[in-house]
Amino acid sequence: MLESFWAMVTDPNAQWILLGCMLLGLCSGVIGCFAYLRKQSLMGDTLAHAALPGICIAFMLTGTKSIGLFLLGAGAAGLLATFGIGLITRYSRIKTDAAMGIVLSSFFGLGIVLLTKIQHSDYGNQSGLDKFLFGQAASMIGSDVNAMLIVSLVIIAACTLLFKEFKLLAFDPGFARGLGFPVAFLDQLLMFFIVVAVVAGIQAVGVVLVAALLITPAVSARYWTDRLGTMVVLAGVFGLLSGAVGTWLSSTTASLPTGPVSVLAQTLLFGVSLLFGPRRGLLAKRLSHTRARRTLIHEQTMQLNVSGKEERPL
Amino acid sequence: MTDFWILLTGSLVAACCSILGCFLVLRRMSLIGDAISHSVLPGIVIAFMVSGSRDSIVMLLGASVLGLVTVFLIQLFQQSGVQADASIGVVFTALFAAGVVLVSLNLRNVDLDLDCVLYGEIAHVHWNTWTLHGADMGPKAVWMLGFTLLVIVLVIGLFFKQFKLCAFDPMLAAAVGIPVALFHYLLMGLVSMATVSSFESVGAILVVGMLIIPASAAYLLTDRLGRMILISVAIGIASTVLGYFAAVVLDASIAGCMVCAAALLFVLAFVFSPTHGLLARRLWRRLHSRSV
Repeated sequence: MLESFWAMVTDPNAQWILLGCMLLGLCSGVIGCFAYLRKQSLMGDTLAHAALPGICIAFMLTGTKSIGLFLLGAGAAGLLATFGIGLITRYSRIKTDAAMGIVLSSFFGLGIVLLTKIQHSDYGNQSGLDKFLFGQAASMIGSDVNAMLIVSLVIIAACTLLFKEFKLLAFDPGFARGLGFPVAFLDQLLMFFIVVAVVAGIQAVGVVLVAALLITPAVSARYWTDRLGTMVVLAGVFGLLSGAVGTWLSSTTASLPTGPVSVLAQTLLFGVSLLFGPRRGLLAKRLSHTRARRTLIHEQTMQLNVSGKEERPL
Repeated sequence: MTDFWILLTGSLVAACCSILGCFLVLRRMSLIGDAISHSVLPGIVIAFMVSGSRDSIVMLLGASVLGLVTVFLIQLFQQSGVQADASIGVVFTALFAAGVVLVSLNLRNVDLDLDCVLYGEIAHVHWNTWTLHGADMGPKAVWMLGFTLLVIVLVIGLFFKQFKLCAFDPMLAAAVGIPVALFHYLLMGLVSMATVSSFESVGAILVVGMLIIPASAAYLLTDRLGRMILISVAIGIASTVLGYFAAVVLDASIAGCMVCAAALLFVLAFVFSPTHGLLARRLWRRLHSRSV
């Protein structure tokens, strides 16, 4: 096992993939924490699905596959999707969940139509565009990893610099507005970073599973701590670890896709957190429950002994 | 004949999904429908590996169980303190990832591929026919969807009153002695069944679209549940027909075009609905302000 890990680390091709997946896990874990606390976890899912037509249109217009252009297209589509959700919920009696479902599936349907359109017509290098559906981390090359490095640096720098603002936004937006923070702008900025993380992730894990990179590390980290700073760091570490494990496992077996394996590794971490998290975990809850019951019984018997039999029946 | 079979399959999918979608939209559980449609994938793959065929009743039931597991897990996590939408996200991505890994591991001996998971293969529906005593009985998918539709109509028809009360006022339903949890899981079981039997012909995403979009459009057009279900089915079937012909003209994915057609019909309902539409509201407001 260690040998295969060593072989991966020393292989220059695998190094890029490993680095890319780890960076991806790190930055989406960090930004995912804020999305989770802002109660917008599934927004990442909606944005990822909505990004597909944006990517297709960007490709159809330019005919090239560059991550910068895709980012632009996906960002525009994501903006349109959030606008659509807002429009539907504000001007009709349809609730947010149904609005998200409507926008998600219609954008994705449009994306599939455009994708098949591209496949059926003769664009030169269209092969590989459908890899965006399930992701193909193995096709990552140096320039992709560089782009990912920039993206994660920007996201982590922004989260560090704007930590106080985002924290206030996540816990008490009303208070933030009262203090004079530009809440609407910060909200849009957070959304923008989520879009960036999603678009960077689509290439590695695909449209459907990119939401897991945002949600699962944040939820797992929440089990271990009550402090936002610790939670953000933990979620980043969880994302990093599962990216590494996913790349390693998929490098040992042919035909094992990296993205889904990383997601499964994250789910495993989530399961561990769910069971063993201090105070919130299932085990800790059970323990404190038994302890409380034992204390109660103990106190009751003590009272019984002190007060005698008839005076105070329990 | 090909056109006929594809349209029939699409209409059956639309009917199954849009009946159930009404209850999901009313109970504000649209995203649970989304989650179920993704997470039945490992169930389908496992059932396929065990039974070796893509369309048996065993597989339908086996994979539907996974839908119920999804709902159960989501509720479990929610009770342990995870936010509702985050617990949906964790569960369905995990199960979908497991499904994708299973498909990729068995790529050689299974003729179930990832494209079919997302797009479906409604264009090939008429090739996979069911022969009984040497007689050609038509596509298997049509039979399976027909069976699912029959079950859905029977269950919803028999317990319409209970489902209705649970959809609008679960507290009252519990107070008058209706087993709300049982009906919740019954509904979720039906959603899983509909998802599984539609999956192969139309793929995961169209199922979500067909569950939510026609029902939401119908929700804007009427205030009565019975009428809402009928309108929803009509919109579903209309978008199937529209989508199919659009796909033929555009030479693009049929499933994708069907969802786009449904979205178009939703936009029409959103703008022009006589009671809840954008125009009607604006008109009403203008009249109202003038009279004041």
